[in-house]
Amino acid sequence: MTDRLPSVTIVRRIKAAPSKIWAAITQPALMMQWWGPDAGPTLSVVADVRPGGRFSVVFRLLNGDEHNPTGIYQEVVPEKKLVFTWDLPGTPERESLVTFRLEPFDGGTVLTLTHDHLPDEEARISHEQGWNGLLDKLPVFLGDYE
Amino acid sequence: MAKHKTSGMDRTFWALADPTRRGVLQRLIDEPGLSVSELARPFSLKLPGMTKHLDVLSDAGLITRTKTGRTVAVNLSVAPMLEAMAWLNQYERFWTVSLDRLVALVEEDGEP
Repeated sequence: MTDRLPSVTIVRRIKAAPSKIWAAITQPALMMQWWGPDAGPTLSVVADVRPGGRFSVVFRLLNGDEHNPTGIYQEVVPEKKLVFTWDLPGTPERESLVTFRLEPFDGGTVLTLTHDHLPDEEARISHEQGWNGLLDKLPVFLGDYE
Repeated sequence: MAKHKTSGMDRTFWALADPTRRGVLQRLIDEPGLSVSELARPFSLKLPGMTKHLDVLSDAGLITRTKTGRTVAVNLSVAPMLEAMAWLNQYERFWTVSLDRLVALVEEDGEP
């Protein structure tokens, strides 16, 4: 983990089968029921769940603010793994990456969510140049850190 | 893609993405004002190697360097770190609450 960018990781054991959770994270009608950081309503969901497909969620917070994260699905492995980019207008970062991993566990599921910050292409290039000639090991996390 | 300036947050996250640089910051929390050679010693890095790491940290605004005679004292500068932590906290909160609701939804009928 030492050569990764800082990220948010949340692990949950859930008493439901992976298939059920997969449905909840990929079907718009179900996503409408939980997506959002407080009890405010989810207003719309677009989820074209295939690599290259688009996602867009609009939710309204209890304070009335509306937000619209959008992104592109990167990896879709039914009932196992869902990866999409995340772009939230108005936040300092331009793009980040969200990964849901589902693993069957004791009749239920372990869900692991990570939200990684991604540097943009320009930052990536400028840092690569900046690190040329560095004697010790270079981090190898550019996009394929598995 | 539109061209834009590298944001401060990108620099912060890049700077933090290296174990040596995180180690430097960690040491500076306990021992502010260390010199470059004192910082280099536990990592068995030569001075130019450590200086390059310090340049990255300095570009990100995470440290300040003050020269006194022939010695450079290095100190932490916390503002960018706070910004990065705010980013992490924001998403931690977002997903914690959303996942609470997701769990309630999928567990509600008791049938796995």
